[in-house]
Amino acid sequence: MTRALINVPAKAKRGQIIAIKTLISHTMETGFRYTTTGERKPRNIIHTFVATYNGEEIFRAEFYPAMSANPFLTFHTVATESGTIAFHWTGDNGFSATEQAKITVE
Amino acid sequence: MSTPRLAACLVALCACAAGAAEIPLAERRSSYELLKPETKAMQDEDTSNPGMLSVLEGQALWAAKAGAANVACADCHGDATVSMKGVAARHPAFDATRREPVNLEGRISICRSERQEAPALAFESRELLALSAYVARQSRGLPIESKDERLKPFIEKGRALFLERQGQLNLACAQCHEDNWGKSLAGIPMPQAHPTGYPLYRLEWQALGSLQRRLRNCMIGMRAEPYAYGASEYVALETYLVWRARGMPMESPAVRP
Repeated sequence: MTRALINVPAKAKRGQIIAIKTLISHTMETGFRYTTTGERKPRNIIHTFVATYNGEEIFRAEFYPAMSANPFLTFHTVATESGTIAFHWTGDNGFSATEQAKITVE
Repeated sequence: MSTPRLAACLVALCACAAGAAEIPLAERRSSYELLKPETKAMQDEDTSNPGMLSVLEGQALWAAKAGAANVACADCHGDATVSMKGVAARHPAFDATRREPVNLEGRISICRSERQEAPALAFESRELLALSAYVARQSRGLPIESKDERLKPFIEKGRALFLERQGQLNLACAQCHEDNWGKSLAGIPMPQAHPTGYPLYRLEWQALGSLQRRLRNCMIGMRAEPYAYGASEYVALETYLVWRARGMPMESPAVRP
């Protein structure tokens, strides 16, 4: 089962720049490795990450096979209003995971 | 000088020589102190420590019923944050029925086969590491304990292995980790080898691993033949290393390069 860890400040002042950190468990198999019997291990990676703030896209990243396992992402945004910041990861073999965090802006 | 007195002097000299190699208690350092600031930050914060993903998985496994007995860890042990506090800090612990020390992974496996009557989890499997990470997390910050007198012969066995030269490079563990700690090996400072943070997330592995995996790594580095996982030699080495790190605080799950 996929597990993710999210760090979003629970409270922020309007206009404040906040740091958001996300970590998700995934093997990120590159597709370039072989098993001991010589068969190629098929690529299995997360290829897209999208963050939305009250439905509006604020950050997007594309991942490639060179990304480490359990990818960790940190980025910044401006706290504009109270609401929900949602995170969505999509990958090979129909992989999909969603997490969200609430933020109160004063 | 009479022969018995000479012998006594020699014994005293030997004891001094053996004692001198060991790092004095006050000079012991966790390898955490050798980490880059970024890696320290990664370990320090639970939301950026990748070992915590396994802790979360272990928490779910703790509550999941398993085996023919259909019981979960939580059914007997209750809340792990209470019942498992300090448990990892005193493993490997002496097992009275087996008459030998058992490490944390071994203890979980015994519980699983004898109480849950479930199929054994493989060494270094995701589930076993997750459960041990979850249990070890409950000891974070607590001092490592090694007080049981019955562990003495196994500590001695582990110490002998630690001091023994082995492999094609003819190296002993102590040559790097006692005589040359802090110096660079392939660009990385050599740690004193105190097992304070196991199971730990190694960036090189891109995964969580046990102390035995780490020992295996070192043995391959010395061009020695590693023991099989679970071998009594590994457990003896672990018992010695834990005794050597007695009193140091637990960091599990740690992050290391």
